[in-house]
Amino acid sequence: MSLSISLTVNGDRCDVDLDDPRVTLLDLLRERMALPGTKKGCDRGQCGACTVLVNGRRINSCLTLAVTLNGAEVTTIEGLAAGEDLHPVQTAFIEHDGFQCGYCTPGQIMSAVGLIAEGQAGDDAERIREGMSGNLCRCSAYHGITEAVQDAARRMASADERKSA
Amino acid sequence: MPDTVQFPMRFGSSSGQPVTRRDGIAKVTGTATFAADNAPANLLHAVYVSAAIARGTVTSMDVEAAKAHPGVVEVYTPDNVPPLPGDASSKPFMFAFRFEPLQDNSVRYANQPIALVLAETLEAATEGARLLAPKYAAETPRIGLDGNAPFEIEGGGFGLPGTTVHGDVEAGHAAAEASVDLTYETPEQYHNAMEMHAVVAEWDGDHVVLDVPSQALVMSCAAYGYYLGIPAENVTIRCPYLGGGFGSKAALNGPTVLAIHAARLIGRPVKLMLKRDQMFGPVFHRGATRQRVRIGVDGDARMTVLDHESLAVTSSFDDFIESAANASQGIYSAGALRSAHKGVRADVGTPGPMRAPGEASGSAALESAMDEMAEKAGIDPLEFRLRNYAETEPGSGKPYSSKALRECYAQGAERFGWSRRPLAPRQMTDENGMLVGWGMGTALFAAPMFAAKARAVIRPDGTGLVETAAADMGQGAWTVLAQIAADSLGLPLDMVEFRSGASTLPDAGVAGGSGHTATAGGALHAAGQDVVARLAEMATADPDSPLHGAGNATIVARDGRFWVEGDDSRSDGFADILARNGGAEIEGTGGANRPQEAGAAHAMYAHGAVFAEVKVDPDLFQTRVTRLVGAFAAGRIINPKLAESQLMGGMIWGLSFALHEEAKYDMRTGRVVNGDLAGYHVPVNADVKGLEVITVHEDDPYVNPLGIKGVGEIGITGTVGAIANAIWHATGTRIRRFPVRIEDLLAGSR
Amino acid sequence: MKRFDYSRPASVAEALAAWQPGSAWLGGGTNLVDLMKTGAVMPDRLIDLAGIPGLEDIEVSDDGSARIGALVRNSDLAHDPAFAAAFPMVAEAILAGASGQLRNAATVGGNLMQRTRCAYFTDPSSACNKRVPGSGCAAVGGVNGTHAVLGWSDSCIATNPSDFAVPLAALGAVVSVEGSDGRREIPFSEFHRLPGKTPEIDTALDPGELIVGLRLPAGAAAFRGHSRYLKLRDRTSYAFALVSAAAALRMEGDTIAEARLALGAVAAKPWRAAEAEALLAGQSPSPELFTRAAEAATGGATPSGDNDHKIELARRIAARALTLAAAGTPARMPALPASVHGDNAHA
Ligand SMILES: Cc1cc2nc3c(=O)[nH]c(=O)nc-3n(C[C@H](O)[C@H](O)[C@H](O)COP(=O)(O)OP(=O)(O)OC[C@H]3O[C@@H](n4cnc5c(N)ncnc54)[C@H](O)[C@@H]3O)c2cc1C
Ligand code: SF4
Ligand code: FES
Ligand code: FES
Repeated sequence: MSLSISLTVNGDRCDVDLDDPRVTLLDLLRERMALPGTKKGCDRGQCGACTVLVNGRRINSCLTLAVTLNGAEVTTIEGLAAGEDLHPVQTAFIEHDGFQCGYCTPGQIMSAVGLIAEGQAGDDAERIREGMSGNLCRCSAYHGITEAVQDAARRMASADERKSA
Repeated sequence: MPDTVQFPMRFGSSSGQPVTRRDGIAKVTGTATFAADNAPANLLHAVYVSAAIARGTVTSMDVEAAKAHPGVVEVYTPDNVPPLPGDASSKPFMFAFRFEPLQDNSVRYANQPIALVLAETLEAATEGARLLAPKYAAETPRIGLDGNAPFEIEGGGFGLPGTTVHGDVEAGHAAAEASVDLTYETPEQYHNAMEMHAVVAEWDGDHVVLDVPSQALVMSCAAYGYYLGIPAENVTIRCPYLGGGFGSKAALNGPTVLAIHAARLIGRPVKLMLKRDQMFGPVFHRGATRQRVRIGVDGDARMTVLDHESLAVTSSFDDFIESAANASQGIYSAGALRSAHKGVRADVGTPGPMRAPGEASGSAALESAMDEMAEKAGIDPLEFRLRNYAETEPGSGKPYSSKALRECYAQGAERFGWSRRPLAPRQMTDENGMLVGWGMGTALFAAPMFAAKARAVIRPDGTGLVETAAADMGQGAWTVLAQIAADSLGLPLDMVEFRSGASTLPDAGVAGGSGHTATAGGALHAAGQDVVARLAEMATADPDSPLHGAGNATIVARDGRFWVEGDDSRSDGFADILARNGGAEIEGTGGANRPQEAGAAHAMYAHGAVFAEVKVDPDLFQTRVTRLVGAFAAGRIINPKLAESQLMGGMIWGLSFALHEEAKYDMRTGRVVNGDLAGYHVPVNADVKGLEVITVHEDDPYVNPLGIKGVGEIGITGTVGAIANAIWHATGTRIRRFPVRIEDLLAGSR
Repeated sequence: MKRFDYSRPASVAEALAAWQPGSAWLGGGTNLVDLMKTGAVMPDRLIDLAGIPGLEDIEVSDDGSARIGALVRNSDLAHDPAFAAAFPMVAEAILAGASGQLRNAATVGGNLMQRTRCAYFTDPSSACNKRVPGSGCAAVGGVNGTHAVLGWSDSCIATNPSDFAVPLAALGAVVSVEGSDGRREIPFSEFHRLPGKTPEIDTALDPGELIVGLRLPAGAAAFRGHSRYLKLRDRTSYAFALVSAAAALRMEGDTIAEARLALGAVAAKPWRAAEAEALLAGQSPSPELFTRAAEAATGGATPSGDNDHKIELARRIAARALTLAAAGTPARMPALPASVHGDNAHA
């Protein structure tokens, strides 16, 4: 059975010849597309390490079958920065020390970008904590993560204001 | 946190600065490479089958079905795996744990590897493993603290804590005017670093290159070499980053060795990453304990005795006993002290060191018992601890190399507002009617040092290069060690290249025991000093140098130049000196070890005080830690920002210990029922708020030349007790079994 | 994971035609793919519903009813302003479940069809009557502190884990399904099944039938001012309920004109407490009344193992949910996931 799909990953259009319908988006990225930035922490939707954006929304790539993504637009941690220019969330994670080992970090950052885009948390720390609770961090960098997301949300909101002004 | 912290340093000023992580950009852009991110050409994927019983034998596996699955290349079972060259049932070196290289069909714990499948794709390997569908002859497993007869521990040594007695314990009990006799239980906990154990093994003849997370790179080469039957130098480990270790990546484990063995047998590179549920078995855990703590006090609430016994679970085939009772050594002054350990064997994987081994479990019980004793004596828990403050190490009588615990108590209490705490429980509520409670605990962790080596180079352009095979599992070695090295070289941080994370570099020892910064940092410091001294000699001997004849002792290195102290007119640049003297780079080496005399003469610990506020629903008992203030004194803090992160991480581990973590065993099968991240709870972001860390200044002239103690583990100690005590203060219920659960508080209230 | 065939029909008719025994509908995949990974379910064929147009609408009508397409994502429903305003406790329940990422993928239909979280069900090497009829129930006598206290049988003591389903049960939702025999509607109270002797059958859906939507009946929004979903769990977020409750009151002045109450995580179905509802109607709110109602709601509860605490906790959470509902739905929307620690903090 031929399962060719065509999708956009980090802005690049890719035609993927899938020989196996069992391949998850996570394993597609990591093992077949040389994009190992997205991490596996449980493979079962229980940790958030594999978070990427699909069509702009954050999802767990470990529970998403690649075959279902024909036509989808995928953004991974590798595609977030514009060249040398880090995304505000990336900058904020560095500044607020929102990680230690860095293993959960790609997922945290993609989740934060998704959360900010959802527009439900604003810069309210308590809502950010809730909104980021789908991303476990065993190093327990939560304090810095919350600060980073709060800071980035503020910076992005004021940048948006400046743009629209 | 102030932006700049001043510390006296002979050279430069990188140390003490809250520098952001040097590996930050790599980590936020996804370019930091973890073991399983590697994919050499011609790679095979390995998945192993885990035993679904805890004790017995495997009677059959459907190898044909697995092999028939498209993509499956090979299936290794005890029937066809040639033996490992080294003996996996021996203990050839200090940190060796016994494991199962598929040599027979016996099963000694659930999730033991019983077969390994290699396939062209991960999907095929995974399905191949499922298709093996093993059948078993199961025997009744022995699980838990009561599953077997306890045994006495003889000898002592790594993983075998014995009994330590100071003073007359019986007399101490007899002299007590009031006492408590309490029993606490702590469960099996699993490290569960976010990065599962993984390896990519690529052989070339009898050389192998391993991408594998390791907390001890050079030491592990010898260990792998032993099992694989090759010299240590034939093993290369690349490990620029670990996705967390917490002790579980300090020693070798069976599945990893098996995958490397398989790569050699099949003649192709092999990648193995454990599945999350496979993390509950062959890769160590914190053993369960039952601890009895007896404290006696005189009429002034001064301790006449502190008597701590612990029973801990280990595996049926190897020894690692939590040294929980040792948490009562070195912390409080008492007329008599006893720490005693017993073990009990169960059909579980062998426990191993997990963040603050011994101390975390022991502190949980001790600090809870201290609170109960204070309650009984009718005094404030902090006052009780101050009254029993140890001015010298209890038992040994040695002076502390430094001990700012009193300041920790004072600053933590002040920040927390402890003086407003009512003595009795159930006195405070918030605006939503939640019960509010405050509790505290003392934090303590030894400040060890191991052996390490380093190399430092000043290059012709005046920049520095330093090397040591350190491990950064998140504690910040990439940054902190570079800061130390920069200072030792008299160079600004951005002029220093730091190479680390590969076993081909000088041995940095183990990243464990909270001693890595002191140890690897000490070696880098020594290497830097060595090369700087050589360069200074070159300069002062050089007639063309403004420093000619100044003599080594009077010159200092700063910003890539030497200066004559007190004479700003005389200086010479590193690059200039080298250019005039043949233009080649100059190299120095150094090592670190605890200064012998100071080590024998002093007791060395980091100290701290943790204060917790909890809110507990009065009917439903959902508990939230709403404030957690920790004040820690840990010698010189090289990077306050990163140290704060480490300490916070430790405190959250304490929160996790107090409220969340517990592997639940089905006693009938010996299997962990909640062996995944949905069932085995660790805190989520929403569990953490109101966290504050204070680092209390401490100059330690003895602990090591840099005055560094560790911050990696101490945060858990003290915190568990502080939270449990706060829960009692909120509810009036003492729960002596961790984690504190809703159902326990409900039962306790009725 | 067992190999399977994959298809992506472009209409409900195509989907129904594609179905044959051994097929499974694929919604967001957050439950199905997980269970395929553990080997608990092994379909031969996945029929991906994502390509079917017309199942993604949310309509809230003036008569207080609503229609929701089966493919609406959980997060889109919770964050739909009109829906969340009319049915605040449904939004609260959705947001109390899983994580932001999972809710973005999970569909309404998939949520209602999610399987139990009983660990022995998930693990194919354990005996489980739900997974393999007749194989036994490993949870009986095993680790079962979170299992059912109502409506269980000796053959299965599992609970339904859905948060979303609890307020839907309270509000008397109706599930719209379509099969080769056409469309039918299943009242929520009949949708999920108690185990009896056939725990392998979770719902009233026939094989090959597809959920196409969900309907909240006229008047369901009348509870909007006094409705809460409350969830008790072992960590603050990203955890299944130990027990939960959805309480909704239609107030006329100081009197409860009509009450709705359902408990979650106590049985194989969301547990609608009709007796308690009857007892509340026509009364004015008081702690004693709510205690009595909560007693009634848990009437007949018995531990199925090491879980008698759940009975008392269910009782208490029912009383608390009623108390909070009586106090009025909090102004701040979207609500933070329902909290026992106040509206702006959770725990
Ligand atoms: C880690 C984790 C934590 C979670 N926590 C919670 C929680 O706290 N509370 C909670 O309520 N839920 C929780 N969930 C479960 C989550 O809500 C469900 O997985 C999700 O709602 C399922 O929706 P889906 O669309 O992804 O379903 P799928 O996985 O696609 O399908 C689930 C089942 O429904 C069937 N199905 C799907 N669509 C239809 C349809 N239209 N008609 C008929 N059958 C259909 C499938 O065949 C399958 O059997 C959690 C899940 C995970 C992985
Ligand atoms: S409780 Fe039900 S789902 Fe769980 S093992 Fe028993 S039969 Fe299976
Ligand atoms: S790897 Fe996907 S959620 Fe853990
Ligand atoms: S930074 Fe290590 S797991 Fe989050």
